[in-house]
Amino acid sequence: MNEKTHAIFTRPQSFRDVVTHYCPGCTHGTIHRLVAEVLDEFGIRGRTVGVAPVGCGVFIYNYFQTDFLEAPHGRAPALATGLKRVRPDLIVFTYQGDGDLASIGTAEIIHAANRGEKFTTIFVNNAIYGMTGGQMAPTTMPGQITTTSPRGRNVEECGYPIRVAELLSTLRTPAYIERVAVHTPQNIVRAKKAIRKAFQYQIDNKCFSLVEVLSTCPTNWGLTPNESLNWLEETMQPYYPLGVFKTPDAEVQK
Amino acid sequence: MTRILMKGNEAIAEAAIRAGAIYYFAYPITPQNEVGEYMARRLPEVGGVFVQAESEVAVGNMLFGAVASGKRAFTSSSSPGISLMQEAISYMAGARLPVVLINIMRGGPGLGGILPSQADYFQATKGGGHGDYRVLVLAPSTLQEAVDLTMLAFHLADKYCNPTMVLADGMIGQMMEPVEFPENYVEEPLPPKDWATTGCQGRDPNVVNAKGRAPIIIKSLALDPVVLEKNNLVLAEKYKLMKRDEVRFEAYKINPKNRILVVSYGTMARICQTVIDELEQEEISIGLLRPITLFPFPAKEILAEAIKPNIESVLTVEMSMGQMVEDVEWAVKDKRPIEFYGRTGGIVPTPEEVKDYIMKILARETPAAKNWNG
Repeated sequence: MNEKTHAIFTRPQSFRDVVTHYCPGCTHGTIHRLVAEVLDEFGIRGRTVGVAPVGCGVFIYNYFQTDFLEAPHGRAPALATGLKRVRPDLIVFTYQGDGDLASIGTAEIIHAANRGEKFTTIFVNNAIYGMTGGQMAPTTMPGQITTTSPRGRNVEECGYPIRVAELLSTLRTPAYIERVAVHTPQNIVRAKKAIRKAFQYQIDNKCFSLVEVLSTCPTNWGLTPNESLNWLEETMQPYYPLGVFKTPDAEVQK
Repeated sequence: MTRILMKGNEAIAEAAIRAGAIYYFAYPITPQNEVGEYMARRLPEVGGVFVQAESEVAVGNMLFGAVASGKRAFTSSSSPGISLMQEAISYMAGARLPVVLINIMRGGPGLGGILPSQADYFQATKGGGHGDYRVLVLAPSTLQEAVDLTMLAFHLADKYCNPTMVLADGMIGQMMEPVEFPENYVEEPLPPKDWATTGCQGRDPNVVNAKGRAPIIIKSLALDPVVLEKNNLVLAEKYKLMKRDEVRFEAYKINPKNRILVVSYGTMARICQTVIDELEQEEISIGLLRPITLFPFPAKEILAEAIKPNIESVLTVEMSMGQMVEDVEWAVKDKRPIEFYGRTGGIVPTPEEVKDYIMKILARETPAAKNWNG
């Protein structure tokens, strides 16, 4: 680099210089980057430990320049509880998909939130099981075709998709809960702000914080990357409204 | 040292604190609730943490997170609860994490009952969860030994970076006996916990996966079979070392005049000692080999005693329908007839019924004694 040029866009220090395994058009990479940027901005990379899920996000530990634990399916909030209770000085976050958090791990996330554990959860909702090949998730949309709902999700048999942000905000224990999306630049900026806030609450030792991020899965949705972004906005967003659902200050800011 | 009269569950709880384990995660289950109640009272006094989890599934995984920090943490539970922890135990074995689990066994299968049992021997010693792994298993037969082995469990877990279980039964948990705690507890030096996830501050962020330098990842996932086999070989090597260095047992009244070698552990071994003492008065010589480590199992030691010329048969007595007896059979091979006596479901055999069975063996009235041509 000579003296006349300077970098205006670089890889966050918290992110490793590697190619991820994510499919083209998948928004996991965007969400990873937002988290890494926030760790950089707060200067907390060196005292952060992430907890990886089971699912597409499992390899997150290969992409971050932070310590990482890899949890059994759905149990990331339990690992985070154990670690954070023993080392409250660390910054601990879990990164979980919808099969991991909203199906097999519902008990762990509800009770961690209810105990008010002081860690942060990034909950990536793409309405499907990605890693295992596109099976129906608890967040799969009514009528959505997946490999295990070949005629579309039948709400008579499978119930309606679980709205995690809403569900968790019914708990009395103070928490910060917001739902965002990453399908447009404007939404990505908002998502970044939410993730910043979530980590800020943890740094202040204030409360449990969770950001639900609506995300895409072009491969298993059977759509192109661009179609996926539209599907997220047109199909998912009306059912999963964006916004702040709970803050530790009790007043919900819409 | 002062002797204190304590209930088994409370003695185990205090022993863990004395070994520096001040992080405790658990879910209520009978017959070990006194451990959690004791910890809830005591841990805030010593700057520790008590978390009552939502389930034993969560307990196991909270322990994963806690011990990954390098600190000593543990849980206590009873049989059905330990079943629910098998997921996390397998993951921690795969990730090579030191964790201590106390199992105060009750009768099973299923919800079973709440009375003493030794029916979790298979689960404890053969792996319990999925995959090629072993748990180091210590089996106390007195409350003093429960104290000593609980403290030792933390040391061995750290030494081998492996899940370690204190396998006791409801009798040990519920009865009261005088115990002593060492005043100045000093352990053998242990390797540094440079594998712990403590944040990568001070480590070189550009060196990845160089032990102790780069971000540390604690995991059990290895999609490449060559890598996964290598991890399994590392584990296997560790288990070999345990078999070489950690076998513990007690020889009770073992001498050349013994006609029967009894193999029994925990509470059941104490009952067998009573029987052996009584038979000694009647000039019938019986020896007891009491495994203290159930994995590693004292197989060589059992064989060495079993093939003494006077030994007519090897009797295993358990509070189960016969679990450890399979290891005894494997140890003795076809060198001597293998006898078994057991009660299960929460019934503790009386000295009288064990004695009756021994008299039957000596009179060649048991199937194994009749079929033996040796």
